[in-house]
Amino acid sequence: MSIATVFEIVLAAVVLGLGIWTIVVRETFSATVGFVAYGLLVALIWVRLDAVDVALTEAAIGGGLGGVLLLGAAARLRDADVMAAETPGKVVRASAAALSVLTTAALAGAVLLLPDPAPTLAPAAVANAWATGLSNSVTNVLMAFRAMDTMLEKVVLLLAIIGVWSLAPDSAWGGRPGPRHQADPDGVLAFLARLLPPVGIVVGIYILWTGADHPGGAFQGGAILASMWLLTIIAGLADTPPVSRRWLRFILVAGPCLFLVVGLVGLLFGAAFLSYPPALAKPLILGIEVAMILTIAATLGLLLAGAPERSAKP
Amino acid sequence: MSLVRDMITIAAVSAGAFFFLAGTVGLLRFPDTLTRLHALTKADNLGLGLVVLGLLPQAGGLRDGLKLVSIWLLGLLAGATVSQLIARAARHGESTR
Amino acid sequence: MTEFLTAAVGFVLAMLALGLVSILRGPGDADRMMATQLIGTGGIAALLLLGTVADVPAAIDVALTLALLATFASIAFVKKGLPRFEADGTASTEGE
Repeated sequence: MSIATVFEIVLAAVVLGLGIWTIVVRETFSATVGFVAYGLLVALIWVRLDAVDVALTEAAIGGGLGGVLLLGAAARLRDADVMAAETPGKVVRASAAALSVLTTAALAGAVLLLPDPAPTLAPAAVANAWATGLSNSVTNVLMAFRAMDTMLEKVVLLLAIIGVWSLAPDSAWGGRPGPRHQADPDGVLAFLARLLPPVGIVVGIYILWTGADHPGGAFQGGAILASMWLLTIIAGLADTPPVSRRWLRFILVAGPCLFLVVGLVGLLFGAAFLSYPPALAKPLILGIEVAMILTIAATLGLLLAGAPERSAKP
Repeated sequence: MSLVRDMITIAAVSAGAFFFLAGTVGLLRFPDTLTRLHALTKADNLGLGLVVLGLLPQAGGLRDGLKLVSIWLLGLLAGATVSQLIARAARHGESTR
Repeated sequence: MTEFLTAAVGFVLAMLALGLVSILRGPGDADRMMATQLIGTGGIAALLLLGTVADVPAAIDVALTLALLATFASIAFVKKGLPRFEADGTASTEGE
């Protein structure tokens, strides 16, 4: 047994153990902290499996926005304390356990019944990479071969933000989301919020740019930009914009709209919906990605900020 | 030349691994929150720094090397900030609880 | 060289696993947060070593992203986790 195999077994055992512990532990906050650490270890596994694009997404979402969201939710649940009062009865528990076991069995069955070798389109995707001029096959699949899915994903993000906003009370409609954070302007947090965002913006744009030929892309870059925006908001250096602002709504729809326009032009003048002319494929994809990184950064930031709580007029 | 590079890597990465050990043992064995914090952040950042130093001779090019150094600088910034924030939170928590 | 670096990844990973014990044990939330911070830094180091061993240069970008966002979980902890204590420099007012 080589040293690499030992390492893989240890990594898998640690991740499985942590996963089980996260489910079993009673205290919400401990479970959340365990889950944040779990995401990090899973990123290690993705790198080991040579799926660096996925590892990057895990790092960008799990390390930043996901942790903030979950820890905030855990803190709110603890404050409320209503959850502890309502302990579920035996029937509810038994049915939940039965449902979980059934789901696990179905998943295990699906994995075990996979044909060997598994059906794959990967060789076809790699062989046709020349058509777009980009050499990262994940970006090729996301932006060209299955561009329809990516476009619809962005529409889902838009629907999510509408869902969050619809929780706003009438009086705050069109106002600013979330509480106004205040912090000592000379404190540690404000210092970090001044120092980190310039670096973060460069890294975010770099991740978008390198996505053409290496692991990276608009979603990961957008998640990093959103984290930086959120940091300045949390540190009290910036306030969330009122959701009725026209420029904000324009940014929110820019990505999906550009995607849709390019798709319809392809339908009118080209072969099919979302077909790019080969000579223009690369500039078109990059253009869509630039619009998308702005949309994704704004959407993720606003999703984290929450429903409008304060009226736009002070 | 390659031998010298490998020697540097082995020495620095081993030292880095030692500091990770020290940090973890400190986190588990020190008596209270603030001393644990001290063990954690100091050893932690030295550990990461030495690992980065050890990997520099193996880096593919100037750009990878610069990225490695910036990772360490970001790690230092994160360690310094987080230790301040957690120490304050812990102090306030103790005085009120 | 590869063997040495793989062993180093394994060692750092073992340290991470020990750090997990500290998440399990606590005793306080601050201790759990510190353990997460340790796991974060250790994970970055393990990623860098692993990227060199497995010859995946893009692992550096993953590590860069993690290093950039390393403070976020702890910031969320001090901002939201201790709402009753107006920790100096980190106070937040709820806009009701």
